[in-house]
Amino acid sequence: MTGAELYALTGIALFVIGLHGLIRYAHLMRKILALNVTGAGVFLVVAALAERGQDGTPDPVPQALVITGIVVAVAATGLALVLMLRVASATGRAELPDPRSE
Amino acid sequence: MSDAHAAAGALAARALLWIVLAGAGAMLATAVLSLPEDGLGLADETLADLGRTGVEHPVTAVLMNYRAYDTLLEMAVLFLALVGVWSMAEARPRPTAPPGLVLQFLTQLLVPFLILFAGYLLWAGAHEPGGAFQAGAVLAAAGVLVTLSGAQLPSVPRALHRSLLLLGLVTFAAAGVAVQLGGGAFLEFPPSAAKALILAIEAAAGISIGLGLVAIFEGGRPSEPESAPR
Repeated sequence: MTGAELYALTGIALFVIGLHGLIRYAHLMRKILALNVTGAGVFLVVAALAERGQDGTPDPVPQALVITGIVVAVAATGLALVLMLRVASATGRAELPDPRSE
Repeated sequence: MSDAHAAAGALAARALLWIVLAGAGAMLATAVLSLPEDGLGLADETLADLGRTGVEHPVTAVLMNYRAYDTLLEMAVLFLALVGVWSMAEARPRPTAPPGLVLQFLTQLLVPFLILFAGYLLWAGAHEPGGAFQAGAVLAAAGVLVTLSGAQLPSVPRALHRSLLLLGLVTFAAAGVAVQLGGGAFLEFPPSAAKALILAIEAAAGISIGLGLVAIFEGGRPSEPESAPR
């Protein structure tokens, strides 16, 4: 197994762990954190795949995508946290209502 | 439904979730591992025209030249996130508990270097890893550190603050239109002017990204006139 493949598989593991948190936990803070873990996994996969260039030159296009992606992910996380605070102040709970409890 | 039933149901749901996740992970791993060894990367194409992009580092060339449209829109996404945050709430006053000695000392020690380093990254981006996004992130780290240490960020007039937040997007779009008026396509930088244009865009974008991330970190629009710290 090459180093790039190891990084890619680690990224997939992170993605799956984050997906688990996203589905499993109701608290919005945990969902936002889980989404960030999945994001980190995706970035790791993309960066690892950039290594598969011909003659060992890494492909700069995926690397550039990851750089902008990280900054946009941070901004989106900030927006998500503010939305969470709005939900919490409107309903008293940082969770989305459960449709089954109606 | 009895408690035992509910507990068994929850256990079954959790087991099902792990089975689905394991399946998804296995599928993704298979997909990644079965990719052809010599992929259809764009490394050669990127390097072939590097001399005409105005920068020497391939990643910066992709960001600011080959895929400048993409980067411009990413700046717009960043700005939209900020607009979303500002429309949602007013920034809450931070707790004014005095910061610990360590945080205070570290802030005083690090912030000047972070600002210097952001400037260096901006310049270095032309030939080494670096550039506007990295510089903006470091600048934002400095701003967040100042905010966390309880110190006030320097108070600037509202109009100036907002102009600086928009500076990156406006400079980027203006450069794109300018080359279009010069006869090229939108954002098609002519090789002779590319270096200067890209440096100007990156400087503006770095400032806007840094200030924008700090403003998002504040968690709301600055409080209105009379107190208006920023």
